[in-house]
Amino acid sequence: MPIKTVYTAQIDHLQILDENGVLDEKLAKDTLSDEQVRYLYEFMITCRALDEVAFKLQRSGRMGTYPQNKGQEANAIGSGFAAKKGVDFLVPCYRENAALFLHGLPMHYILLHWMGDERGNQIPEGVNMTPLSIPIGTQMLHATGIAWAFKLRKEARVAITYFGDGATSEGDFHEAMNFASTLQVPCVFYCQNNQWAISVPRENQMNSETVAQKAIAYGMPTIQVDGNDLFAVYKATRDAIERARAGGGPSFIEAVTYRLADHTTADDARRYRDPNEVEAWMGKDPIIRLRKYLEGKGLWNAELQAAHEEKSRAIVAEVIKTAEGIAKPSTDDIFDYTYATLTPNLEVQRRTMRTASLAQDPQQAGLNNPVNA
Amino acid sequence: MINKPDSFGIAKSKSTQPELPMPRTPMMIEKGLTLVDAINEALYQELERDPRVVLLGEDVGLNGGVFRVTDGLQKVFGPDRVADTPLAESGIMGTAIGLAMAGMRPIPEIQFEGFLGPAYDQLCNHAARYRTRTRGAITIPLTVRVPWGGGIHAPELHSDSPEAIYAHTPGLKVVCPSTPSDAKGLLLSAIRDPDPVVFFEPKRVYRSYREQVPEGDYTIPIGQAKVVQEGSDITVITWGANVFQCLEALDKLPDDVSVELIDLRTISPVDTDTIVQSVQKTGRCVVVQEAPKTCGMASELTTLIQEHCFLYLKAPVQRVTGFDTIMPYYKLELDYLPDAKRIVETIGLTMAY
Repeated sequence: MPIKTVYTAQIDHLQILDENGVLDEKLAKDTLSDEQVRYLYEFMITCRALDEVAFKLQRSGRMGTYPQNKGQEANAIGSGFAAKKGVDFLVPCYRENAALFLHGLPMHYILLHWMGDERGNQIPEGVNMTPLSIPIGTQMLHATGIAWAFKLRKEARVAITYFGDGATSEGDFHEAMNFASTLQVPCVFYCQNNQWAISVPRENQMNSETVAQKAIAYGMPTIQVDGNDLFAVYKATRDAIERARAGGGPSFIEAVTYRLADHTTADDARRYRDPNEVEAWMGKDPIIRLRKYLEGKGLWNAELQAAHEEKSRAIVAEVIKTAEGIAKPSTDDIFDYTYATLTPNLEVQRRTMRTASLAQDPQQAGLNNPVNA
Repeated sequence: MINKPDSFGIAKSKSTQPELPMPRTPMMIEKGLTLVDAINEALYQELERDPRVVLLGEDVGLNGGVFRVTDGLQKVFGPDRVADTPLAESGIMGTAIGLAMAGMRPIPEIQFEGFLGPAYDQLCNHAARYRTRTRGAITIPLTVRVPWGGGIHAPELHSDSPEAIYAHTPGLKVVCPSTPSDAKGLLLSAIRDPDPVVFFEPKRVYRSYREQVPEGDYTIPIGQAKVVQEGSDITVITWGANVFQCLEALDKLPDDVSVELIDLRTISPVDTDTIVQSVQKTGRCVVVQEAPKTCGMASELTTLIQEHCFLYLKAPVQRVTGFDTIMPYYKLELDYLPDAKRIVETIGLTMAY
């Protein structure tokens, strides 16, 4: 019997706007209007400004550890814009701040979170997202569950979850992909392949040529896109969301991007990264190419750039003022959200801030005790 | 038997002292070693001494670990023995079990105690149970190193104190050193122990305290508490970073209160003799832990004391602990963590009982 080929696969790579700002008009058709691109470019500048200032806040001791989003903004903005605000549901990691802002999270929430305050996770009513997920890869299963609920209730809604290349090594990733695919739930898996999981490069993280091919094992539509290309990110995400909304099940997107900054402010990437590699990716910055594109079309110039940078500085200053203006929570805050109703035991701990029973119970601590009497 | 080293053609361990000790910096020689330095030195010496020893974990190689505890080791021993793994805690723990079965001495690192979650199944349901379920045919001599506890302004799941969960798991030993010297001697014991050991490293102490540490090879037995300070009126029992809050509390107490301070160093197996002898002498006891109160190690110690010392007690045993809540983010972290003030007050009330 001859050996038959029972499966073959290919992975497409999508790029629409190259690093020189040259657009593939054919592929760009029906994607973003000039007005939208300009709006999103301006938004990207503001998000970058916030990101840079957040870094400085950490360095000057005004904020705790912070993971910079720098260089990856086209992912959050392109995909976030493709999802329907107030309808679809975002399940992020921690390098998609801009997508969260697009969907209505006030900017100061992110700072508040990294300033060590859980109120930064208290997502406002009507804003459809989970808070930042600090452990790696646990959130993808939650996205699958959310999407499953949408399917059960026959709602035309989609969950989109974000994670990095490193997260695809976790067992939870594979379980989420398999559940989503066998259940055919409306979920988009958006992998920001930024090449580095702290100090481990993608090629040591996995022996697969692409991250995108992992979805093939789960029978899921998959694509690789240039993650620093706003158009490609938007188009791939929009297509995946439309497919999911129409009942076509989950999709996988591998977005090839780069973490321009350290993993977090507690990291020093110079210990393990070649500066030439970082330098090369600096040139692929999504902001640079969008600006070139807009300027080429006569939609942008140095004057507008200066004006918008000024505006961004003002927005960021206001965001910091808001975040820093929020006083430390009362110690009740430690207790009040442990359960829907505070247990009697916790009520005593909250009132006394004590755990030793002698300090809690004056009867035991004091002279009324029969032993001391 | 599968885990006889010879069956895998692995050389027997050398008994000689390290030929090439990790050089100490002038700072270390003058001011002593930090906890990080001491653990690094222990790992270096054991990698040198025993060819079966393998380090594995996220970022432990080229980057030297996120706390730099394994700094420089990959450079000396190569990427096979100090291995950067894919980002998967269950994978790290599960493959460490396999390495151990096959006669190696794996030292997996889980980057933060909160990330023990995904590895829990492998650690508690497999590593801990293998000896029993195979009636000794297969054993798992691994030492998992875990940065542990709060107080460093870290994000969520980077500040918890879950040691009681592992002390509650039969088959695991749980070591929680507080000082550089203890850390080195206990780590060497843990690596050489025939059973799985969870080695919790108090990250709050990592760089905050230095002391002179013996240079050569030495071990401190697992399961042996240390009397940090002798006293006759009251016993204070703690472990890990809280040793330093207790020392601070002792400084603040009036001179006429004579406190015996015990650093458990190992919480499983616990050193019952040292505890019982002390409390039978003092008749009073306060247990201090960072973890939540309910079903913590302090609960176990309190029970142990009433079992062995009931007729000696002059006051009920007291616990100063974290609250029965989720460890808060850092704005409220210091309100959560037991501090000298709470310890002093509880000692005072126990004395006045």
